[in-house]
Amino acid sequence: MYQTNYHRASSVQEAVQMMGAATEGKYLSGGMTLIPTMRQRLAAPSDLIDLRHIAEMKGIAVNGRSVRIGAATTHEEVATSAELRTVCPALCGLAGHIGDPAVRHMGTIGGSIANNDPAADYPAAMLALDAVIVTDRREIKAGDFFTGLFETALEDGEIITAVRFDAPAKAAYQKFANPASRYAMAGVFVAKRDNGDVRVAVTGAGSSGVFRHPDLEAALSANWSPDAVANVTVDGSDMLSDLHASAAYRANLVKVMTKRAVSAT
Amino acid sequence: MGIDGIGARVPRKEDRRFLTGKGRYTDDMSVPGMKYAVFVRSPHAHATIAGIDATAAKAMPGVIDVLDGKQLLADGIGNLICGWMIHSKDGTPMKMGAWRPLADRTVRYVGDAVAIVVADSVAEARDAAEAVVVDYDLLPVVTDPVQAIADGQPQLHPEASNNLIFDWELGDAAAVDQALAAAAHVTELKIFNNRLSPNPMEPRATLGIYDAGDDHYTCYTTSQNPHVARLVMSAFYNVAPENKLRVIAPDVGGGFGSKIFIYPEEIVCLWASKRTGVPVKWTCDRTEAFLTDAHGRDHVSTVKMAFDAGNRITALKVDTIANLGAYMSLFSSCVPTYLYATLLSGQYDIPAIHANVRTVYTNTAPVDAYRGAGRPEATYLLERTMETAARELGISPAELRRTNFIRSFPHQTPVIMNYDAGDYETSLNAAMAAADWNGFAARKAEAEGRGMKRGIGMSCYIEACGLAPSAAAGSLGAGVGLWESAEVKVNMVGTIEVMTGSHSHGQGHETTFAQLVADRLGVPIDSINIVHGDTDKVQMGMGTYGSRSGAVGMSALAKALDKVEAKAKKIAAHLMEADESDVVIEDGVLKVAGTDKSVPWFQMALAAYTAHNLPQGLEPGLKESAFYDPANFTFPAGCYICEVEVDPETGRTKVVQFVAADDFGNIINPMIVEGQVHGGIAQGIGQALLEGVHYDDSGQLLTASYMDYAMPRADDLPSFKVSTSNTPCPSNPLGVKGCGEAGAIGSPPALINAITDAIGNNALTMPATPEKVWAAAQAAN
Ligand SMILES: Cc1cc2nc3c(=O)[nH]c(=O)nc-3n(C[C@H](O)[C@H](O)[C@H](O)COP(=O)(O)OP(=O)(O)OC[C@H]3O[C@@H](n4cnc5c(N)ncnc54)[C@H](O)[C@@H]3O)c2cc1C
Repeated sequence: MYQTNYHRASSVQEAVQMMGAATEGKYLSGGMTLIPTMRQRLAAPSDLIDLRHIAEMKGIAVNGRSVRIGAATTHEEVATSAELRTVCPALCGLAGHIGDPAVRHMGTIGGSIANNDPAADYPAAMLALDAVIVTDRREIKAGDFFTGLFETALEDGEIITAVRFDAPAKAAYQKFANPASRYAMAGVFVAKRDNGDVRVAVTGAGSSGVFRHPDLEAALSANWSPDAVANVTVDGSDMLSDLHASAAYRANLVKVMTKRAVSAT
Repeated sequence: MGIDGIGARVPRKEDRRFLTGKGRYTDDMSVPGMKYAVFVRSPHAHATIAGIDATAAKAMPGVIDVLDGKQLLADGIGNLICGWMIHSKDGTPMKMGAWRPLADRTVRYVGDAVAIVVADSVAEARDAAEAVVVDYDLLPVVTDPVQAIADGQPQLHPEASNNLIFDWELGDAAAVDQALAAAAHVTELKIFNNRLSPNPMEPRATLGIYDAGDDHYTCYTTSQNPHVARLVMSAFYNVAPENKLRVIAPDVGGGFGSKIFIYPEEIVCLWASKRTGVPVKWTCDRTEAFLTDAHGRDHVSTVKMAFDAGNRITALKVDTIANLGAYMSLFSSCVPTYLYATLLSGQYDIPAIHANVRTVYTNTAPVDAYRGAGRPEATYLLERTMETAARELGISPAELRRTNFIRSFPHQTPVIMNYDAGDYETSLNAAMAAADWNGFAARKAEAEGRGMKRGIGMSCYIEACGLAPSAAAGSLGAGVGLWESAEVKVNMVGTIEVMTGSHSHGQGHETTFAQLVADRLGVPIDSINIVHGDTDKVQMGMGTYGSRSGAVGMSALAKALDKVEAKAKKIAAHLMEADESDVVIEDGVLKVAGTDKSVPWFQMALAAYTAHNLPQGLEPGLKESAFYDPANFTFPAGCYICEVEVDPETGRTKVVQFVAADDFGNIINPMIVEGQVHGGIAQGIGQALLEGVHYDDSGQLLTASYMDYAMPRADDLPSFKVSTSNTPCPSNPLGVKGCGEAGAIGSPPALINAITDAIGNNALTMPATPEKVWAAAQAAN
């Protein structure tokens, strides 16, 4: 790790100021991605601005079916929130399967979304839940937020403060974990609303990150059942191919995970 | 058996410090004035070094010096060596290319060390290492062993044309060919044994201290065999003569073979300490460990097994290419030869065997012994072949094995080994009963109902432990003897220190060796200390690997105890005015049998040292030592049965049952033995299901962290069912065989046999990743 300066912000405003004053600052949330990257000397921020002690960025609020999760809320808090579980247990389940207990007690939803790892779990949920990413300066629809591998619509110095969504009638997440990292080799979040809207969002498999699958969505809108998936062709040509899994295999996993997610609702 | 004696489940004495974080590892060692080293390593798999410019690095804050391979060469530091000579079948010696501790002209794998930076802190050393400018001229790269020995490939060492190190054979080729021609059935198979990274929990580390006052060196290091390290460093590296070099291997957090070998870092830190005048400590980080710890296995083989009409094996023909990486590591040559081909008879009576082994240089990390070393390769090859043959012949795998078991002992195999004792059918029966083999069909049907494919597979392994009869090892090319030594020092009031040349790095010697003493002398286990890992404290030693510490190390201790006991009885007899042949030792008291005369152990010990009243001519004191050279190898064997469920839609394999029935001979501590078996099975399941080192075509290591290298975790494993049977080993005084590697040896074929059974396709290589299993299952449909 290179030398760096640590700052603890107590408000969003102060964090933004600290960032403005830094030569090459970075926000620090759970540090579960950022710190290992720094330890490997792949990142060298001059300043770290810690967001974990900003009260307004923490906690889960459920109002009817509308949900707001502060960006500095840990995976563990999401996984174990009784309120959230009553309206969207799928998200609790997703958070409960991120990494290991140590990671879940440190890592945060804001950090995960800002990082937009192509194999991370939350981006699939955000996209399928049609969530809104709330920042210090605007609100961004999930569909516009995730722009590529580790790329987001965030501008320099912009802070995610929370995410918001209305809980769908049905939702489920199925993840096929990479045996080494336990990140998603293919993860599928399905959501169905009372108005018939269906969203299928896929993580871990796309060569440019998280994406929605229109054909699967169409098939499931017509018939919300595992069988509906059977006749859909999932094309592997835009999928990742690496040491762990070929594109064709990932395409198969997407289909199987979708089917299982629907069964689980 | 007393509560602390042989056969008791004594909780491990060393666990108090390990479990409370009080272990003392090399990285915990600090001495005044100590500085930190970081190595500059090659980012290229093959290149010549056109120049190294350390000017900028030397000027950076905290930097004491930057030293390179030219300076090391100028100071006369020698090459790293391979200590086991193998001759090719044409009689020529193996082609050992030069391995410089710091590469001076050519780098041959990613991670090859080219310079050392010494600085006030690790961070400053790392900053400076990044500022060392190395000018590389890139050379073409070869990483695949089969490709490497073809014509027209990149050449690693001028000594080894076509990268061939040796082309060696064992056995009778003509007899095998004859039997193959006459066979009723021949099973043929291509076998890959995947390359593994050893991953001990504690990464390697070393602290080199040069004392200019005495012209003396001290080397703290993560070693399984400190005396061997000292020998090699003085005899071949020219660091210092043995009397001026102390090697200390304190607590070591796992080795699995990878800490047998002497690596560049120990020698370079010692040399750098002299050059800079400060003690120099280096601690490996995890990525460095993936890059530079000697890897294991990496074989490509073809096998032919001949059967007669009665399903009896008549011959076995094996052709193996073994990848040894960029350089020949310390024992790399004996692993794919005398630790491999000599075990190809397995548990079976095979009249003719021939093995041909070619070893190859590639632009990858050196490959050497890794838990099991050669024996897992032999077992995997043989047991995959047996299972395949059973399927082809249409008989049950158990039946085929029973038909071919060796049943009378001693048994001379056609590949050197002479098995002294064993009872393979007992293990097979025990494993089948524990696995409820007969209930499998019902379980399979039930799984089918859930959409899962259930499979069962077995493996009957044998291994040779207790390395090794020195004369035999010498005749096969070993550069050292493979005895062990022990010294027993009874203190003035009877407490006991045992100095052993065995080294414990997770095996629990501090408990099991003490159990032997407690058993023999009846003294409390808390009054016994086991001292190991320091060349200044322990007279001599060959260290711990190849499951040798029980059979060889404890046998040496038993011999030393014989001498202690004899002298103690002499002293006690004199004190009690009795005949020494009437004296017995019971519960820490020396008694005259059939009388009420007795002398407590401590009083006898005190008498030995006060020397006021000793038998005429007897030396004062009570301290005895012994060397033990084994008469034969030991032959642990057993049967493992694995049951899996494969999800045909994803290819994910779940190990649902794992049974191990081992014959380890006599057992000192069943709890420790079970622990060793559990760990070994976990490692074997890791190899079969998860682990694999991958290089890309340019020689970059793709699996350089746990993000990409899959280690087994608790939830990958079922609760193991383990049991032991006991045919005592006739060749050592304790009747023990060794249990450290069995789990890793026996389990991979059982698992792959189970998966291939489940999916109905035999074409599957390790690691059986979900994608491979899925593809194979698809192909079978
Ligand atoms: C062993 C291990 C296993 C893991 N397994 C999984 C897994 O299975 N699935 C999965 O999805 N993830 C996994 N992760 C990643 C984990 O979920 C991380 O917590 C997450 O990716 C990053 O969140 P963080 O809070 O730690 O962010 P940090 O590491 O602190 O930050 C990550 C990046 O986001 C930026 N950032 C952080 N917060 C904000 C904000 N509020 N606004 C703007 N930018 C911000 C930072 O500047 C940084 O660039 C794993 C991590 C580890 C170490």
